[in-house]
Amino acid sequence: MIHSLFLINSSGDIFLEKHWKSVVSRSVCDYFFEAQERATEAENVPPVIPTPHHYLLSVYRHKIFFVAVIQTEVPPLFVIEFLHRVVDTFQDYFGVCSEPVIKDNVVVVYEVLEEMLDNGFPLATESNILKELIKPPTILRTVVNTITGSTNVGDQLPTGQLSVVPWRRTGVKYTNNEAYFDVVEEIDAIMDKSGSTVTAEIQGVIDACVKLTGMPDLTLSFMNPRLLDDVSFHPCVRFKRWESERILSFIPPDGNFRLLSYHVSAQNLVAIPVYVKHSISFRDSSSLGRFEITVGPKQTMGKTIEGVTVTSQMPKGVLNMSLTPSQGTHTFDPVTKMLSWDVGKINPQKLPSLKGTLSLQAGASKPDENPTINLQFKIQQLAISGLKVNRLDMYGEKYKPFKGIKYMTKAGKFQVRT
Amino acid sequence: MTSNSLAYSEQPGGGEAAELGQEAIPAPAPAGAFGLFGSDVKKNEDLKQMLESNKDSAKLEAMKRIVGMIAKGKNASELFPAVVKNVASKNIEIKKLVYVYLVRYAEEQQDLALLSISTFQRALKDPNQLIRASALRVLSSIRVPIIVPIMMLAIKEASADLSPYVRKNAAHAIQKLYSLDPEQKEMLIEVIEKLLKDKSTLVAGSVVMAFEEVCPDRIDLIHKNYRKLCNLLVDVEEWGQVVIIHMLTRYARTQFVSPWREDDGLDDNEKNFYESEDEETEKSDKRKKQYTMDPDHRLLIRNTKPLLQSRNAAVVMAVAQLYWHISPKSEAGIISKSLGMFEPYLKSFYVRSTDPTMIKTLKLEILTNLANEANISTLLREFQTYVKSQDKQFAAATIQTIGRCATNISEVTETCLSGLVCLLSNRDEIVVAESVVVIKKLLQMQPAQHGEIIKHMAKLLDSIAVPVARASILWLIGENCERVPRIAPDVLRKMAKSFTSEDDLVKLQILNLGAKLYLTNSKQTKLLTQYILNLGKYDQNYDIRDRTRFIRQLIVPNEKSGALSKYAKKIFLAQKPAPLLESPFKERDHFQLGTLSHTLNIRASGYLELSNWPEVAPDPSVRNVEVIGLAKEWAPSGKTKKENPVKKFYSESEEEEEEDSSDSNNDSGGPSDSASCISGSESGGDSSEDSSEDSSSEQESESESESEVENKRSSKTQRKSDLEDRGKKTSRSKTSDMSSTGSSSAEENSSDSESESESESETESRKVPKVKEKKPQQDRNPINPGVSLLDLDDFNLVSTPIALPTPALSPSLIADLEGLNLSSSSSVINVSTPVFVPTKTHVLLHRMSGKGLAAHYFFPRQPCIFDDKMVSVQITLNNTSDRKIENIHIGEKKLPVGMKMHVFNPIDSLEPEGSITVSVGIDFCDSTQTASFQLCTKDDCFNVNIQPPVGELLLPMTMSEKEFKKEQGMLTGMNEASATIIAAPQNFTSSMILQKVVNVANLGAVPTSQDNIHRFAAKTVHSGSLMLVTVELKEGSTAQLIINTEETLIGSVLLRELKPVLSQG
Repeated sequence: MIHSLFLINSSGDIFLEKHWKSVVSRSVCDYFFEAQERATEAENVPPVIPTPHHYLLSVYRHKIFFVAVIQTEVPPLFVIEFLHRVVDTFQDYFGVCSEPVIKDNVVVVYEVLEEMLDNGFPLATESNILKELIKPPTILRTVVNTITGSTNVGDQLPTGQLSVVPWRRTGVKYTNNEAYFDVVEEIDAIMDKSGSTVTAEIQGVIDACVKLTGMPDLTLSFMNPRLLDDVSFHPCVRFKRWESERILSFIPPDGNFRLLSYHVSAQNLVAIPVYVKHSISFRDSSSLGRFEITVGPKQTMGKTIEGVTVTSQMPKGVLNMSLTPSQGTHTFDPVTKMLSWDVGKINPQKLPSLKGTLSLQAGASKPDENPTINLQFKIQQLAISGLKVNRLDMYGEKYKPFKGIKYMTKAGKFQVRT
Repeated sequence: MTSNSLAYSEQPGGGEAAELGQEAIPAPAPAGAFGLFGSDVKKNEDLKQMLESNKDSAKLEAMKRIVGMIAKGKNASELFPAVVKNVASKNIEIKKLVYVYLVRYAEEQQDLALLSISTFQRALKDPNQLIRASALRVLSSIRVPIIVPIMMLAIKEASADLSPYVRKNAAHAIQKLYSLDPEQKEMLIEVIEKLLKDKSTLVAGSVVMAFEEVCPDRIDLIHKNYRKLCNLLVDVEEWGQVVIIHMLTRYARTQFVSPWREDDGLDDNEKNFYESEDEETEKSDKRKKQYTMDPDHRLLIRNTKPLLQSRNAAVVMAVAQLYWHISPKSEAGIISKSLGMFEPYLKSFYVRSTDPTMIKTLKLEILTNLANEANISTLLREFQTYVKSQDKQFAAATIQTIGRCATNISEVTETCLSGLVCLLSNRDEIVVAESVVVIKKLLQMQPAQHGEIIKHMAKLLDSIAVPVARASILWLIGENCERVPRIAPDVLRKMAKSFTSEDDLVKLQILNLGAKLYLTNSKQTKLLTQYILNLGKYDQNYDIRDRTRFIRQLIVPNEKSGALSKYAKKIFLAQKPAPLLESPFKERDHFQLGTLSHTLNIRASGYLELSNWPEVAPDPSVRNVEVIGLAKEWAPSGKTKKENPVKKFYSESEEEEEEDSSDSNNDSGGPSDSASCISGSESGGDSSEDSSEDSSSEQESESESESEVENKRSSKTQRKSDLEDRGKKTSRSKTSDMSSTGSSSAEENSSDSESESESESETESRKVPKVKEKKPQQDRNPINPGVSLLDLDDFNLVSTPIALPTPALSPSLIADLEGLNLSSSSSVINVSTPVFVPTKTHVLLHRMSGKGLAAHYFFPRQPCIFDDKMVSVQITLNNTSDRKIENIHIGEKKLPVGMKMHVFNPIDSLEPEGSITVSVGIDFCDSTQTASFQLCTKDDCFNVNIQPPVGELLLPMTMSEKEFKKEQGMLTGMNEASATIIAAPQNFTSSMILQKVVNVANLGAVPTSQDNIHRFAAKTVHSGSLMLVTVELKEGSTAQLIINTEETLIGSVLLRELKPVLSQG
C-alpha cells in the first residue's frame, strides 16, 4: 500500500523520508514540486498526483506537505485518512506539529512511523497504543535520557494491542481520577451582502480527556440527542446502545481522544452570533476607495464573543490601506493583499470598527467584486446548537471520578460576502 | 521490483564506497571518493567508534544520529558492519533502531545482512508473542533473496502460532515475501487459505489484504469464510474494514444475482442516474418476479450498515461504494446516494472563496447535478456571486456550469443566455471568453432567433483577444452569415486585415468564415476571400496551408474542380448537431467508486475489475460448508479436503438442529418438569472430574467438523455411558430437591438415548398436555425427520431437542444465530432449560383498581416464542367481578426507546370467577427499565407496569468447566465485577448456593471439579452476551462472588442482587 512518505516544507525541501518497502528515490517528488508550482496556493495542490510509475497522495497541514508514495490501486481516502492520522499523532506526541519540532524529534518520529505501518499497511494507529510502545518526549524524560542514556522505547511490551479493548492500555493508575469533556461546535456559514444567512451549519465534536484508573465503563447521555444529525464515533463507543437508547456507552481510551463528531444540518435554524456591517467602495474616477467595517453581537445567548479576528483578501488592484481600528490591531500585507484585524473581545456597548481609505493602482479599473470577509471568533460556555450533556455515569470502578463538561462555540468557515 | 532495481542502480556509489571502507579500515578509499566531504567521513568514523564502544548510551547516541541521517535521506550504508553487530543488543531502543537501519540497507548489503538472520531465527522461538511478532516483521522486511526459504518457513510456522498477533504479522509477511519472490505464490496461497479461516479479528484485515495482493482471483477461497468475514467486520480494526469491504464488494458481484429491478420504484424516476446499470436491468427483467435476495447478500448489506458511523472517512466511503455497487436501489438512499437525498443539503455545497480549487470544482459539479426546475433560480443567484469571484478560473468554470444548467433545464435557457450575454461586457477576458464559448454552444442548440446576440458578439471582436473566444465568434458568424448579412462581410474585412497576426485557431476560423461567405454572398466577399486564401497559402503552419488548399479547390470553380464543388454549400453550411455540454466528471463510472482509478479516471496498476452480476447465481451452498469449518480453528488443512458432501450436509444440519434445539427449549411454555430437571441433572448432579471432561469433549466433537464419523460413533457411545454414569451419580447424591428430580429425568433420558427414534416423539407426547404453543413443533417435525433422527445421537442431550416452531423465520434467523456462533468469543455453547423456575408471581393489576379484573404475572424463564430477544412473561387474568368482562386486550404501550413488546391476542370474554393465562414477550433491551402499557377491557383502560428483575433478563446456558474458564478468561478487566460475601457455613453448601442463585437469576449451573467453586452461566436475552457467575468459597465464612460479562451494567446489578441473598441465613 503506502510505499514511502516524504515530508516537504513550503519552500520545497524534503526534510524527512521514510520507506516501508524498497527505497523510492526522492526524485519522485519532482512531480510534486511541478504541481506545487502550478497551484497558486499550497491548498490548491491536487491531493492525488499521478506520475509514470507512482501516485503521490498528499495532505497539507501545519505548513507541511505529507506526501505518500504508492504504486498500486488503493482507495485514496484510505491513504489520506492515514496521513491525517499521522499528523494527529505527531500533534499528540509533541504538542505541535511543525518542521522544527519534527526535526528535533526525528528519532521518535521515525520510531512512531515504523510502528504505524508494516509493509505499507497500517499496524498501530491508536495513539494510546503507540504511546505505550514509544513514549512521547517530555522535558523530564529528555533530561533523564541524556544523563542516563535510557530510552523512549517503552520497556514493557504493548499488551493493549492484544486485548479485547485495543484502544486502552491495561493497568492504568491515577491518584486523581478525572474525566473532562469538551463540546466544541463550529459554525460554517455564508452570509450575503445584506447580512442574511445564505447557508449555515454546525460541525461539532466532543473531545475528551479521561484520566481514570482501571477499566471504567462510562455512559454519557444528552438532554436532546435528537439534535445530532450525522454522527461518527470513536471505535470505543457501543453503536448498539446509541441506536437503541441514544446513549454513548464506552470504555474510554486513556488520555485525550475524540469521542464523537457530529453535524447539525442546515435545515435546523442555526443561530448566528455575530453580524458584520460593511461598506467597501471603489470609485472608478479616483484611485481612492472607502473601507469601513463594524462587528457586533447578534444571537449570543448572553455570552461574550471573544477572540474575534477578521481577515479579508483584497483585490489585486489595492495598493495600500490606511485604516484606524477602534480597538485591536490590524495589518495589511501589500504583497499578498491580505488584510487582517485582530479584534479581541466584542463589547456590545462600544462596537469595534475599522475605518479608513484604500488606495488603488492608478489607472486600473475598479475591481468588479468586493472582497469577502472571513471571521474567527469564540464563545465560551455555549454550544450554539443547544446540545446539552445530561449526565455522565461510571460503572466498573468504585472510586468517584471528578467530571467536567465544557462547552465552546467557534467560527468554522464563516464568510461574509460584501 | 522495478523500483528495487532502480534503487540499486541509484546508489551504486554508496554501496561501493562502503565495501571499500570495509576492506581497508581506516578508510583511505573515502579520502579519494569523498574528498569533498571530509568532515562527513570523520563524523562517520566517530559514529563507528561509538557503535563499537561498550557503553549502551554511546551506542544509542550513535544509532540516533544514524537514524537522523536516514531520515534526511543521507547515505549511511557504509556503517552497516558496525551497526549490524548490535542487532542482538539487550537495550530495546538500540535494537529497534538497528532494525530500522537493517530494513533500510539490507538490500544493499546482502551478505552482511545475513549475519543478523540467526538472531531473528532465535527470536522467532521466543515465548513472548510480541518478540516473535517483531522478529517476523523485521525478518520478512529484509529484502534479501537468499533468505526466501527461511522466510517461507517462518511464515508457515507463524501462521499456526497460538497468538493472533503473530498470525497477523504472518499475514503481512506474506505480501512482503510475495513481492520479493513471486515464485512462492502457490505456497503462499496455501498459507492465505489457512489464515482466511482464522477467527481472530486481528488477523482478518491483514489476511484479506494479502489475499488481494497475492491471489485476488481465487474467489473460491472466500466462499467458506464469507459469512464469518461479514460477521466479524464490525470488530475488525478500521483499516482492515476498508480492505475487507472492497473485497466483499467484488465477491458479491460474482456470487449473487442483481438486486436491481425495474419495479424497484425509485428506479423509474431516477433511471437516468443509473445509466450504467441499464443493461442489467433488462437482463433481470425476466426474473424479476421470482427474485429473492440471497440471505448471504442481505447479510453483507446489513452488517456493513453500522460502519457508516465510523470516524474513518475511508470506512464510510467503502460502505457507501458497497451500497452503490451491490444493494438494491431502494436501499442505496441510506448513503444519501440517490440525488434526491442530497437535495436538502444543496446549500452545504455552496462555495466559499477560501475553498481549494479542487473542492470548488467538485462543489460546482455537485450543484450542477442537483439543479432542477425548483431550485435553479436560487442556484443561478448563487452562481452570479461565483462569476464575480476573484479566482477567474473558478469564474470560468461557473460559466460552463451555467451553460450546462441552461441545456438541462429548458425553462431557464433564455435566462441563462441573457445572463451570459451580460457577462460579455465583463472586464475580465477569461470570463468573457468562456461566456462566448458557452453562448456559442447554446446558440447552436437553438439557432434562428438570436441575431441580436450575434451582432453583439461581432462587436466584441474588436476588444477580445482570447483566441478561443475569437474563433468561436467567427464560427458563429459564419454559421449564421445569412442572418446577419450586413455584419458578416464587414467582419471578414476586419479579419483579413489582421489575418497574419492571429492565432492559428483563429486563422482556421477566418478561412471557414471566408468560405461560407463566398458561397452565400460571393458578390461582396469574393475578393476578400481570395485575398485571405492567398495569405493562407503562404502561412507558416502547414495545417493552415492544407486547409487553404482544400477550401480553394472546393469553393473556387475552375476546370480541375471535381464533382464535389457542386455540393460545397451543402458541405459547409450543413446542419450541425448541437454539442452536448457535458460534465468533466463523466465517463468514469466504469471504475469502482472510491478507488484511485475512479479518482484519476485512469486505470491504476493493480486495479481489480468489478464484474457484472452473473446471469444465474453460482451455487450458494459453497458458503455453507464453512459454518463448521470455522468452529475448528487449527485443523490440519489436509483433512478439510476429505469432507464429502454427505458429511457436510450432516454436520450442517447438526448445527442448525443445535440452534433449533436451543430455541425450542424456549418454546416449551410453562414450567415443564422434564426440561427443568434435565438441566438439574447436569448442574446439580456431578462434581466429578471425568464428567466435566466428557462434556467438554462433547463440545469439541460438535464443533470440530473434521471429526470423522467413527469419532462420532465413539463419542456417542461414550456419551451414553456417560449419561448413565451421570444418572447414577446424581441419584446417589441426593443433596437437594432439584438434583433428585434431576436424577429421575436423567435416567429417563438415558433410556431415551438408547432408543433415539422414539425420543423426540416421547418428549413431545409428554409435553403436549402441558404446553400451549405446541402445534408448530408438530408442523416442523415432518419437514426433515431423517435429519433429526440422524442427528439426535449427536446431541448434547442435556438440552432437550424440541423443534423450532417458526420455520418462516429461519433463513435470516439462522444467519443471525450463525453470526452469534461465529463471533470471536463463543464457540458452541448451548442455551439450556432453566434450572429452576420460581413460582413467585407479581401483581400487575389489583382487582380493586381493575374494577374486578385482576392480573398477575410471572416469568416462566422460557425463551420467548415471538422473538428470541424477548423475555416471555405469563400473565394470569382473573375475573373477580360478577359480570362478564369482555374484550381484554393490551392498549397503548409506553415503552422506553428500543423496547419492544409482543401482545397477546385479545380475549373475547372472561366469565365471572374465570381465569385465563396468556403470554406476552417483551424485549427489555437488557435493561431493567419498566415496560408500561395499558391493559384494557371493553369499558376501561388500566395503566400497568412490568419491571423485570435483572435475573430474568437471562437465559441459562450449559457449558463445560473448560469452556467456562476460557470464556471467563476473555472477560476480565472491566468486564469483571466481584464482591465478598460473609455468611454462616451452613449457607455455603452446594445445594444452598445453587438454590439461592437460581432463585434470583435464571442461570445454568456449570459442572465443576472443585468443591469450593460454583459456576453458573447464562446469556442475556437481548444481546446474547455471556454472563458468568462464580461463587468461590474461601477460608472461614467468606466467599467471593465474581461476575464476568460484557454487559457490565447488568452484571453490576446482578452482583448487587445476589450479594444479600447469598449472605442471608
